[in-house]
Amino acid sequence: MATNKVKRTLFFEFTKGLWNESPVFRQLLGMCPTLAVTTSAINGFSMGLATTFVLVCSSTIISAIRKLIPSQVRIASYVVIIATFVTVADLFLKANFADISKALGPFVPLIVVNCLILGRAEAYASRHSPLPAFVDALGMGIGFTFALLVLGTIRQIFGTGTVFGLISFEPWVIMILPAGAFITLGFLIALINFLKQSTKKKELAPACEVK
Amino acid sequence: MNKILRMIVVLTVIGIISGAILALVYTWSLPKIVENETKATDAAIFTVLPDTKTYKKVVALDLTYYDCFDESGAKVGTAILCQGNGYQGAITLMVGVNADFTEFTGMTVLDQVETPGLGAKIGSSDFERQFNGLVTKPPIEYVTGGGTVHLPNEIQAITGATISSAAVVNIINKTVKEWLQIK
Repeated sequence: MATNKVKRTLFFEFTKGLWNESPVFRQLLGMCPTLAVTTSAINGFSMGLATTFVLVCSSTIISAIRKLIPSQVRIASYVVIIATFVTVADLFLKANFADISKALGPFVPLIVVNCLILGRAEAYASRHSPLPAFVDALGMGIGFTFALLVLGTIRQIFGTGTVFGLISFEPWVIMILPAGAFITLGFLIALINFLKQSTKKKELAPACEVK
Repeated sequence: MNKILRMIVVLTVIGIISGAILALVYTWSLPKIVENETKATDAAIFTVLPDTKTYKKVVALDLTYYDCFDESGAKVGTAILCQGNGYQGAITLMVGVNADFTEFTGMTVLDQVETPGLGAKIGSSDFERQFNGLVTKPPIEYVTGGGTVHLPNEIQAITGATISSAAVVNIINKTVKEWLQIK
């Protein structure tokens, strides 16, 4: 029974990031890359993967050494750890995927200040053991990637005026411009809130434990 | 005291480990990054001067240009790296001139942050192709709107993106002028 319970908890920790507590649509975290790089599906997807990598690595490490870090310097320590993984991701992209790295530009180094990562470190990883922290970060990362991919796909379809080369219509230039990001995100959040309201009976779990 | 010492030790250890990891990753990725940059430069030079087999990089003052040679070692021309301000940010492009400096052999935009769908069309092949065979003297001019190209030094500006088109023309004219003074 005991193992069953642990498994269910881990499954819950994983899936909450995908939908119920989706970083972009529910917590509204990491808005800067969400709005800035989702001009195409591939850009959104690569940004999501880079963020997931940083999130998973830093959450796991922070959780593993959480008892060694004095609380006065915890934010400084988190930032150093996060910055290390961001630089690793940046160099990896530059070395192996030069085109994607060029398209994402300064937004890869800016993952350092993505509040999603510091948010999960402070709210979750610093209070849980490495395994749940890893699962939580993985769920949140995949949720983030999914959200960016959806935004990128919608903006790419309207902005370039083609649906994978099958149907073509007059492109809406505004969808690739920053305004298009706000419009798309606004409609998506409205849609998800609407869906949420129709299933309101279900209890929502808070993003972090309330103390 | 003990508390302060612990903070210092923990932060120092984290810093040292992070530094070591970064040093390792940097050493691993540096050759690949340099190789990617070389590849991008090669591709740009080949676009503006298709007959190039070897090239020699020259850096003089603020200017970078590449003297290009074909397989027999004869000079085919020069690819000049140009940089300047566009509508929203810096534009970097490569322009090729033939060996006796009578005409442009091509232009390719390497880096730009112009408006997508409008100014960003300076990177489209339709716009870039206009520079093939353009005469070098007098300096390049652009025609806007309904105007048509008459002279061999004219290009058609992009509709709705005159500022970006003019920026490209100005950047090329200015850089070529500077290059003539130092070459």
